[in-house]
Amino acid sequence: MPALPLDEAGKYVAAAYLVFVALLLIYVAIMASKLSRIEREVVELAELVESRQDAAEPQTRTKETVA
Amino acid sequence: MLTIAFALVFFYAPNDADQGFIFKIFYVHVPMAIVALVGFVAGGVFGALHLRSREAKWDMRSYVTIHISVILAVGVLVTGSIWARASWGHWFVWDEPMLVSFLIVFLLYATYWPLRFSIEDKEKQSRYASVFAIVAGAFVPLNFAAVRMAESFTHPQTATTTTSAPASVTLTFLVALAGMTLLFVTLCKYEMASKHATFRLRALRRRLAGSDDELALTGRSAAPQL
Repeated sequence: MPALPLDEAGKYVAAAYLVFVALLLIYVAIMASKLSRIEREVVELAELVESRQDAAEPQTRTKETVA
Repeated sequence: MLTIAFALVFFYAPNDADQGFIFKIFYVHVPMAIVALVGFVAGGVFGALHLRSREAKWDMRSYVTIHISVILAVGVLVTGSIWARASWGHWFVWDEPMLVSFLIVFLLYATYWPLRFSIEDKEKQSRYASVFAIVAGAFVPLNFAAVRMAESFTHPQTATTTTSAPASVTLTFLVALAGMTLLFVTLCKYEMASKHATFRLRALRRRLAGSDDELALTGRSAAPQL
């Protein structure tokens, strides 16, 4: 086939490069959502640890008072 | 690096005498294909290292390398189809060995996740996945060599294209290839860091869970266990 004229070929070239950029952006978006999920879980676990510490502290204080 | 490569593509590299402006797709399509195929082979090498050492880190590397390679392979198929439509007037040419062989490789690797997900025992899962990665990884260069030996009708060969091309085309192609390789390594590291963080979090969750079943539940996963 003969070479396509620039205005015709430009659409295909743009489409190919946009596909590459779109793939990258989709990947980055998925990774960002994963990262935010990890962050949410870290906050959840940190809160759990804090609540457990808070629950454990009055007991140790009571023991100290008794002693 | 990729930005430099793309700048070279549009401002430095000349249009092809035969294909004209359409040839610019070559600089994104071919580096992506080369890096994806090398990634598949690297996945096999990591799989072999996992079987040899039984260290989970090699299984993880094999998994991540194959994962990123499959994403690049999707890009190769789509950009290749666009190029084929512009050059040959068809989205896909079924009697062209290069195209069909790449599709077969892609479909072969698309079964990697169902395979992993179908095995519940983590030890077995990583072992079988490594065997798959080795066999499929060995298939890639064999397939590539077979296709090169076969008479190609329409698809150009990269080695002949770049060696007979002017220096500006070769330089642009090499910069694009280096950029794509660096992108691949970066994405692999990014993915690996994400997986490590997820597994450390899960381990922490299990330790904190104690008798709390709701926290201890993790579910089935195709991803390797560290």
